[in-house]
Amino acid sequence: MKILVCISKAPDTTAKINFTDGNTKFDEAGVQYIVNPYDEWYALVRGIELKEANGGTVTTVTVGTAADDPIIRKALAIGADNAVRIDSEAKDAFFTAKQIAEYAKSEGFDLILTGKETINYNGSQVGAMIAELLDLPYVSLATDLQIAGSTATIKREAKGGKETVQVSTPLVLSASKGLAEQRIPNMRGIMAARTKPLNVVSPADVTPLTETVEYSLPPEKGGVKLIDPENMDELVSLLHNEAKVI
Amino acid sequence: MKTDLYQGHDYYLMDELLSDEHKLIRDTARAWIKKEVSPIIEDYYERAEFPKQIVPGLASIGGFGPYIPQEYGGAGLDQISYGLIMQELERCDSGLRSTSSVQSSLVMYPIWKYGNEEQRKKYLPKLASGEFIGSFGLTEPDHGSNPGGMVTNFKDMGDHYLLNGAKMWISNAPFCDVAVVWAKNEEGRIWGLVVERGMEGFTTPETHGKLSLRASATGELVFDNVKVPKENLLPNKSGLGAPLGCLDSARYGIAWGAIGVALDCYDSALRYAKERTQFGKPIAAFQLQQKKLAEMITEITKAQLLTFRLGQLKNEGRATSAQISMAKRNNVDMALKIAREARQIHGAMGITNEYSIMRHMANLESVITYEGTHDIHLLITGFDITGVNAFK
Repeated sequence: MKILVCISKAPDTTAKINFTDGNTKFDEAGVQYIVNPYDEWYALVRGIELKEANGGTVTTVTVGTAADDPIIRKALAIGADNAVRIDSEAKDAFFTAKQIAEYAKSEGFDLILTGKETINYNGSQVGAMIAELLDLPYVSLATDLQIAGSTATIKREAKGGKETVQVSTPLVLSASKGLAEQRIPNMRGIMAARTKPLNVVSPADVTPLTETVEYSLPPEKGGVKLIDPENMDELVSLLHNEAKVI
Repeated sequence: MKTDLYQGHDYYLMDELLSDEHKLIRDTARAWIKKEVSPIIEDYYERAEFPKQIVPGLASIGGFGPYIPQEYGGAGLDQISYGLIMQELERCDSGLRSTSSVQSSLVMYPIWKYGNEEQRKKYLPKLASGEFIGSFGLTEPDHGSNPGGMVTNFKDMGDHYLLNGAKMWISNAPFCDVAVVWAKNEEGRIWGLVVERGMEGFTTPETHGKLSLRASATGELVFDNVKVPKENLLPNKSGLGAPLGCLDSARYGIAWGAIGVALDCYDSALRYAKERTQFGKPIAAFQLQQKKLAEMITEITKAQLLTFRLGQLKNEGRATSAQISMAKRNNVDMALKIAREARQIHGAMGITNEYSIMRHMANLESVITYEGTHDIHLLITGFDITGVNAFK
C-alpha cells in the first residue's frame, strides 16, 4: 500500500503572534515551528499504523522551504519511510494543493492523508482540493479508518453523531482527532531519520488564487471582575448592562 | 491530575547553537516526560518508590547511554545530546535523572571505556535497552569525599576473586541487575569489578527514610565473601582515576540536569506570578517579585552558556575534571537558590504537591551533596588554579 501524508508546519502554541508588511504577513521572527498536530498525531500515525499492518510505504510531502526540514525529519523519526519537499513557500490553499497534486498524480498512491486543518490558518481546504485536482473521492473529518482490500471504511464526525462511509481506494482523507493516538519518536527512529531520503523537488508553475490583504488579532481578553456572592443584584446588572448576555 | 504546562526558556537564543537533531532529541524527551512521567511523579515520590514501568520508555528516548556507540546498543550521540536529555529528565525529577545518569555514566561508561570487548558485548546492549539496571559502588560508610581510603577489597583466589566490603548511598542498588564495584586488590590498587545479582554473598538492602530523591531507589551493596569470576574485572584502567573518570561524565550530566530543575522552578514561578493577584494586580507587577524572577533568568542564562561551552569542550575531548566541577557546583547551587526563591513566589501553594518546587528543592539537597559535595568541588577549583591541594 502506497500512502502519502501531507505535512505542514504550524507555530508552536506558545509563539507570540505578530504581523509585518502592513499586517499582511505573519512575523516569523523568533517563532518555533512544530508539525501541524492534525497532520502528525492523526494523519501520519494512522498512515504508519496501516503500513505496519499491511506493508507498503509512507511518504510525506511538504510544500515549503529548507526551513521546514526539521519538521520533516521529525515525521521521518516518527516512522515515515521517505519525504518529499516541494521547494516553495506555501502561498495559499490552491497553490499548496496544486503542487501536491502535480507531484502525486504520477505516483499511484492508494491513500492520501491530510490533517483536517492547520492550527494556524484553519483553512481545511487542501485535502478537498487535492481530491478534486486528482479526481479522487474525498472524506473529511475522519475519526476512524479501516482498510480491507481496496475498500476503506471510514467513520467521520457529523453534527451530533457519527457517519460511516465506504469508499474505494485510491482516496483522499482529512484526519480529525481520534483517527490515531499521538506517537512520540524514539531514539532509534531519530537515528534512522538521519539517513532516510528527503527529496527536494522543484515546484510546478502555479499562480495562487487568493491574496491576504490583512491579518488582525482578536481583541484582548478583558480583566476579571469579582463580585461578592451576597451582591446578586450587581451581578445581574453587570451581566445585563455591561456584558449584555442576559 | 495537574497538566504539565512547562515550557523552556531561552533568553539568549541558545537554541540557535543547537542542531535540528539536538532539538528533536530534547523535544522528544520533553514530550515523553509530559505524557508518561509528569502525571505520576508526585505519587511515586510520596510513596518513595521508583516507577519501574517507565524503564522501557526511558530507554527508548535515549535515557541509557545515549553517547555509547551504536554497535553496543547506544545511540552514538554527542555530549550535548546527552546533556539535553539529562536536562529534560531532571526538569521532571532529579531522581529520574539520577537513575538515568548512573546507568549511563557510572555503569555503561566504565564498561565501555575500561572493559574488554567481551564485557562490552555482554552488558552494554542490555543496559541500553533497560533489560538490565546497573548501579555504581564507590562510596562507603566511612569514605565519602575521600574514596581513595576505601576498605572494600578483593583477593586473588586463583580461579576467582573473593570480594568483601560494603558500599553505601548507591542509586538503583535495591533492584540493580549488575553493579560496577570499585575495590582494592592485595597491593591496595583500585580496580572495577562487575558484580551480578545472584552471586552468593551479594545483597542490596534498601535505604529508607530519605526525605530527598524519594522517586529514586537508594541502597547498600554488601559483599560477604562474594566469588567474582576473573573475567568480571575491568582490565583497561585501574587506580582512583578510573572511578573519577566516570564521575566526570556523571557530573557533566548533573550540570545540565540542574539547569532543567532551575527552568522548571522559574517557569512555574513566572506563570504563578502573572496569574496570582494581590492588592488588585498580579504579583508579577511588584518590584520584589520582578527582582526574584529577573535574577532567576539571569542565573539560568549564565549557566546555559557555561554548560553549552562545556559540552563543546567535552565533544572535543578537552573538558577537564576541574571545568566539570565548576559547572556542577555552580549549576546545582544556582538551581537550589532558584528553587527556594520560586517557593516564596508561590506563597503557601509552593509548599504543596500541586507544584513541583518543594520536591525539586528537597531533591537538590542530595544533588548538591552527591557526586562531589559543593565544598569539595570548590577545593578542586582551588587546587586547579593554585596548584596546592587543600583536601588534606
